Amino acid sequence: MFQMQVKTSTQKMYFSNILLGLFLSFISLNVFANEPVVAHDSAHVDTASHAAAPAASHEAPSEKFDPGKLILHHIADEHDWHFFTIGHFHATLPLPCIVYTASAGLQVFSSSHFKNEHHEEVPYNGFVLEHGKIHAENGEKVIDFSITKNVASLLVSAVLLLTIFIGIGRKYKENPHRAPKGMQSLFEPIIIFVRDEIAKNNIGEKHYRRFMPYLLTIFFFIWFNNMLGLIPGGANLTGNIAVTLVLAIIAFFVTNLNGRSTYWTHIFAMPGVPKWMLVILTPVEIVGIFMKPFSLMVRLFANITAGHIILLSLVSLIFIFENAALGLAVVPFSLFMNVIELIVAFIQAFIFTMLVSTYIGAAVEEHHH
Amino acid sequence: MELITPDFGLIFWQLLVFGILFFLLAKFAWKPIIQSLAEREQSIDEAIKLSETTRAEMAELKAGNEQLIASARAERDALIKQAKEASDAMIAQAKLDAQTAANQEIEKARVAFEQEKASAVAAIRKEAATLSLDLAEKVLKSQLKDKAAQEKLVTEWMADVKLS
Repeated sequence: MFQMQVKTSTQKMYFSNILLGLFLSFISLNVFANEPVVAHDSAHVDTASHAAAPAASHEAPSEKFDPGKLILHHIADEHDWHFFTIGHFHATLPLPCIVYTASAGLQVFSSSHFKNEHHEEVPYNGFVLEHGKIHAENGEKVIDFSITKNVASLLVSAVLLLTIFIGIGRKYKENPHRAPKGMQSLFEPIIIFVRDEIAKNNIGEKHYRRFMPYLLTIFFFIWFNNMLGLIPGGANLTGNIAVTLVLAIIAFFVTNLNGRSTYWTHIFAMPGVPKWMLVILTPVEIVGIFMKPFSLMVRLFANITAGHIILLSLVSLIFIFENAALGLAVVPFSLFMNVIELIVAFIQAFIFTMLVSTYIGAAVEEHHH
Repeated sequence: MELITPDFGLIFWQLLVFGILFFLLAKFAWKPIIQSLAEREQSIDEAIKLSETTRAEMAELKAGNEQLIASARAERDALIKQAKEASDAMIAQAKLDAQTAANQEIEKARVAFEQEKASAVAAIRKEAATLSLDLAEKVLKSQLKDKAAQEKLVTEWMADVKLS
């Protein structure tokens, strides 16, 4: 009785969360679509005003605030980990650059070499850092394996995940029949949630067990990195297209390599459909194979990036209007958005895992009718 | 646009780190966690089932016990009754036996007594006869000197003889 009550109430909660997530994803996608235009406009206005009245202003040059540039800089990857700047003090963690060129071979050096004592960008060892990308001065093609901010954040999250979950795993191994304790009892309901609500419901009792390690890994990887990205100074890892691309490619292979005859029949010869319709349906289904992981890639990237853009835009309002009193309105609202982003961090991890498991479920399904 | 152009370096690191992460977590975290969660659930299930069967067994046992007690009680009552009957019968028999034995004894005693009495009477009679003969002899010897006395004596004896 009690268990049933709990279950229904949690189901209600999930449902409302999904609704909220969908609602938010629409809002955030809109903002994301608008944002680059705004950024571009403000940059345009900025240069125009500089060009129009260069002599009239006697204030310091290039101190004009550019929110578009700031935001894009914050959500993009970089070669050193910049935390904050106060006046001329730059709190920056230099990271190792690993570059390969055909002529010079593999080279490893610190990213701090690209900055001189005045914090200006300077070339180093035949390489130059431009807009966060390393180029060779002689125009050669550079393959960049650098430990960038995102890679560093990725490594931090990997260490965090390994420490937490291997620690928990050891506890389970030590007393398998005891009630969970501490960290274990924090994550056990989530692990059971992934198992029962995501894997079992979508993949089915027969096959779900095989995919549990993969589903748990992507769920906690995305969730942890979403949350690490929300920490001020954190990297926007899950809002980076390269990361979501890799996650989507892995999902693509996991789904299709496990495809059974029913799955492929449904793609190439949909049962119960007139033969001539297959001319239309089969190409659609084939596109669908690729659209599914593509949507996974874009959804995660766009949602997380959009969240970062909203938060940065809200804070930027204070500097755009140069009015500290605006903080009274902006701070509570950005706090609210931050909390929403914490929920989104979970929801996006949930949705990604959920969708992957529905794709896997469709692939391993044996009899449809 | 730069934002939606994936970086080769990051793709490389993401693949590598995610691969290693998956391998290590699957081996050292998810495997024991999933396994022991399943085991724990199974053991809880079994414990619940066991408690249910135990409860049923207990109820059955209780019912059995009550039946056993009832039958034992009935048996006891029957036994007591039987024993009482047996003892009553035994007592009656004993009484009867005792009565019979006593009667026999009494009868025997009476017969013996009769015999004794008869023999005693005979002996007394014999003695009395002897005595009376002796007496008669003596009396005859002493008193048969005169005629009257003899006659008187004979009359008295005759009276005595009649009496006895």
